[in-house]
Amino acid sequence: MADIPSDAPQHCPGTASEQAGKTSACQGCPNQNLCSSGATKAPDPAIEEIAEKMLTVKHKILVLSGKGGVGKSTFSAHLAHALASDATKEVALLDVDICGPSIPRIMGLEGEQVAGLSLCLSPRYVEDNLAVMSIGFLLSSPDDAVIWRGPKKNGMIKQFLRDVDWGELDYLIVDTPPGTSDEHLSIVQYLSSARIDGAVIITTPQEVSLQDVRKEIRFCQKVQLPIIGVVENMSGFVCPKCKNTSQIFPPTTGGAERMCEEMNLTLLGRVPLDPRIGKSCDEGKSFLTEVPDSPAAAAYHSIVQSIQAYCLSHVTREESAG
Amino acid sequence: MGRNRHLNQKKGGNLAQVQHVVLILSGKGGVGKSTLTTELALALRHSGKKVGILDVDLCGPSIPRMLSVGKPEVHQCDLGWVPVYTDAQKSLALMSIGFLLEDPDEAVVWRGPKKTALIGQFVSDVAWGELDVLLVDTPPGTSDEHLAVLENLKKQHKVDGAILITTPQAVSTGDVRREITFCKKTGLRILGIVENMSGFVCPHCSVSTPICMDTHTPSVLVANRSPVSFRLASCALFRWTQSSV
Repeated sequence: MADIPSDAPQHCPGTASEQAGKTSACQGCPNQNLCSSGATKAPDPAIEEIAEKMLTVKHKILVLSGKGGVGKSTFSAHLAHALASDATKEVALLDVDICGPSIPRIMGLEGEQVAGLSLCLSPRYVEDNLAVMSIGFLLSSPDDAVIWRGPKKNGMIKQFLRDVDWGELDYLIVDTPPGTSDEHLSIVQYLSSARIDGAVIITTPQEVSLQDVRKEIRFCQKVQLPIIGVVENMSGFVCPKCKNTSQIFPPTTGGAERMCEEMNLTLLGRVPLDPRIGKSCDEGKSFLTEVPDSPAAAAYHSIVQSIQAYCLSHVTREESAG
Repeated sequence: MGRNRHLNQKKGGNLAQVQHVVLILSGKGGVGKSTLTTELALALRHSGKKVGILDVDLCGPSIPRMLSVGKPEVHQCDLGWVPVYTDAQKSLALMSIGFLLEDPDEAVVWRGPKKTALIGQFVSDVAWGELDVLLVDTPPGTSDEHLAVLENLKKQHKVDGAILITTPQAVSTGDVRREITFCKKTGLRILGIVENMSGFVCPHCSVSTPICMDTHTPSVLVANRSPVSFRLASCALFRWTQSSV
């Protein structure tokens, strides 16, 4: 049964919800008896369908943060670019930030909308070996707001995983919105029968970010999602005039380094704040090719290598165990 | 408490003595919504107003830390939850899920309907008392939290409008333009737009450098048909960031 049936009332909690059939919104709904009986809470068949689909995807990496604006989409995009720079690898980037899809712009694919809400779920290609999917491609205008409640967002994510023809991939990177809510639960739930290599957690140095990121880490532990490591973004700003480094977001509580020590996680690297990163994102270009000599580019490359090493070591461990 | 709450709602609800309600919104995360909400509240209090902040960012509540209130207990009275006050004069009242969590690192892993239910309680069951302004800090996006807070506020009180926050980058203004569409569709008046992080003044050489090379905020103003835009000075940002962390 669809998570939100077509004949459901406005505030339908979703057929898989604990409250299915029991909320005030359910009164009068033709599906109320079915939902309250528990029949709709059986495992979603889509989970196995997605697992089948994902057999041709070697590595799946989620990019998460409890905090908004720390650079998840920027990192996801450049991770994709870096992995796809090896022409022998097939890479895809899936944007599940339904309300604030930044990936089309960052990947230089804004304006590739089709008229009306499209059912066409073909990924767009940045390079022959780099595919992208985002709800941004399904909107008729960049100003269109996606004002959807949780259950409808979940349905879209299911479609992205099950109905997009991803083909054979070496890497599927999933960019997420900030938080620990529907999108995150759905991605983990729908990929539960397909092995996720792990999550890369993005933070900035200040405690206001770290306090949200610790929650994200707890979320990963709760749902048994392995954490590849943590990236500290916007870690210092080098003044282009005097070349001194300042902390725009001071690590008053020890930054990501102390958090990683306390939580026994790997600090994958620190990326300094370079205004040219934002410019590249706005122009839809890869910062790694636009400003290859920047310290930020060097930091990215080092982090990407660590992520690749992690993914390959996982495969080796599984093969040995098998 | 149920009977008293019913009576209270008949009399106009817990927002009956709140003069103005303003939402702080952005389609984009990390642009400074909570920071601006905090600083605006402090500025209004400094000018003699009684202010409240309702933090409906359930997954990432920042307001308690920004106002350094630690982890006080939330008490209940006949009218519902008593807000947390930052001072003895009760000039700044707060409510956030941050006060209700046993462990500050505990993740709130809730789907939309559960978030909607708590936000409904936050709107109707907090005994704000007399306030000049209630500021509502929101998470980024246009989803459950935003719909829930707006629907519940409209039942009880006229919402004055929203302040939208952006940063200069196109990636930010793109999301904010979607937020403008949200406001138009829900009939929420936009009081103004603030461009945050307009630049950075180096404390070593005092040269101002744009963190973003070009500003795309004008496209937001055109989308909103608003002549009002406040560019927050870069040195102010630096000071704000220092105090917020």
